Order: sequence, then structure tokens, then C-alpha cells
Amino acid sequence: MTVKDVIRILDAEVVSEGDLGAEVKTACGSDMMSDVLAFVKDQSVLLTGLTNPQVVRTAEMMDMRCIIFVRGKDPGADVIALAKQKDMTVLKTNHRMFTACGLLYTNGLSGGTFSR
Amino acid sequence: MNNVLSFDYTVPGDDFTRAGEASSDVKHKLKKIGYNPEAIRKVAIAMYEGEINMVIHAGGGNAHVDISPDRVNMVLRDHGPGIENVELAMREGYSTAPEKVRALGFGAGMGLPNIKKYTDSMKIDTEVGKGTTLYMTVLAEHKTAR
Ligand SMILES: Nc1ncnc2c1ncn2[C@@H]1O[C@H](COP(=O)(O)OP(=O)(O)OP(=O)(O)O)[C@@H](O)[C@H]1O
Ligand SMILES: [Mg+2]
Repeated sequence: MTVKDVIRILDAEVVSEGDLGAEVKTACGSDMMSDVLAFVKDQSVLLTGLTNPQVVRTAEMMDMRCIIFVRGKDPGADVIALAKQKDMTVLKTNHRMFTACGLLYTNGLSGGTFSR
Repeated sequence: MNNVLSFDYTVPGDDFTRAGEASSDVKHKLKKIGYNPEAIRKVAIAMYEGEINMVIHAGGGNAHVDISPDRVNMVLRDHGPGIENVELAMREGYSTAPEKVRALGFGAGMGLPNIKKYTDSMKIDTEVGKGTTLYMTVLAEHKTAR
């Protein structure tokens, strides 16, 4: 699916617009950036309840295309500015983490491979 | 082909928001010169972990990066509290990070083990009360020979 499909499935709001046509196949959900850096391998979507700028940096280092803030959390202006600078798509959904992940999974996104 | 590109960065210790700027810049530079993407990814993750450590544990520091055709050498130096037991610090799950760092999504004790995983060599020079220097090397071509 593409980022556009993700927006539709999660009824999400676009907070920062990157490449909405980008193909995404895998995702991961975590509130621990340490774990994302340590275990994630080729996931292109990050779902998280954290909204500090290091979420954008972590996604950048992992070559992710899209960040989704769950539970309707509003990222601050610093987060949005950083995401725009990195051409990173940032979405906001009112769904909670479990539901958001479940919806994407049911619609065809996978967890991908994890490195250990 | 023996030219080495060198870069120096100051990593401010009082601004968590800016942690990762140096790693991001190195990542961009490597991309621009067409470095092996696999190596870029390793450098980005390892240096970012090191940079975050300098900010959350040591009040900031300096980073020096040498980019050669065959390798990237990174040296991260801080004048923080030092690491009392490096062997323990290298263990997965060992962390002295305070609660406020955990609330930001860090402090799982995964950084140093992750650096070990992503680099071809790493070394920690540290003295309690004086500071810590982290040396890391990522080879341009590792396993993924063309
Ligand atoms: N530059 C440093 N100065 C002082 N202590 C450090 C430094 N780097 C690491 N440490 C010590 O080593 C421990 C382990 O570091 P490591 O990066 O593995 O985990 P962490 O930073 O606590 O959590 P995470 O990396 O998962 O966010 C730290 O909790 C800290 O006690
Ligand atoms: Mg760390």
C-alpha cells in the first residue's frame, strides 16, 4: 500500500506532508526509540505515542518514510519543523496503538523482519 | 583515491532536541558522495546511539568523523562522568538513565550493544570523573562484496 492508503485506513490527519505516494510494506509500533534502533530492520512506518523530536531523528536514521502519532497526540512545532526539513510524512490518528497497528495489519502491512 | 574527508561537530549537552544533528549531517554527506547504503545505515545508527549517549549521560561533547573510500572512522569524546564498569555497560538492558530519559523513549540499555552490532570495530576509553571516548569504525564493504 501507499502512504495515502495508510491515511485512509487510519482516518488520519496529515501533519507534515512528505511523499504520499510512497510504497510502504512494513511497520512497527513502539514507544521505545531504543528498541526501534536496536531491533527494527526494514520497516518503513513507525507508529508511536511519543511526540518528541527524537522520534523524527530515529525514523530518519532507520530510513523510514512515515511516522504515525497514535491516540490523537499533537506533536509540537519543533517536531513538525524537523519532519518538514527531512521530508518525512507525519500523520496523526485518534486510534490507539493496538487498534492502529491492527487496522494496518489487517489491510496488508506486515511486521517485516527484525534483526536480533 | 586516498583522500579522507574529515568533519568535526560539537554536540550540545543541554538540548536533547538537537541530539542527532551530527549523525544526520554525516548521513547526508555519505549519501551525497554515493557511499554504500548498507554502510551508511550502520554509520547513522551507531553514531546516533553514541551521540544520544553523550547528551543523556555526559552533558554533550565532540564528534570527529573521517570518511575514507574504504571506511568511516568516528570518534565521540565527552568530559562527562565516565563509565565505571564498561563490561556491565555493554550488556543488553543495563542502563543508568533516569526516568525522564525513559519517558522520551530512551534508556533501555540497548545503545552500546547496538553500536557493537552495527560497527566493524568499537573501543571505549573511559575514566571515572574525566570522561569517555568512543571509537567506532564501519567498513565501506562488509559481507556485501560487489
Ligand atoms: N558517554 C557516556 N558517559 C557516561 N556513561 C555512559 C556513556 N555512554 C554510556 N554510558 C553508560 O552506559 C550505560 C549503557 O549505555 P547504553 O547506550 O547501552 O544504554 P542507555 O543509553 O542507558 O539506553 P539506550 O541506549 O537503550 O537508550 C548507560 O546507561 C550509562 O550508564
Ligand atoms: Mg544509549
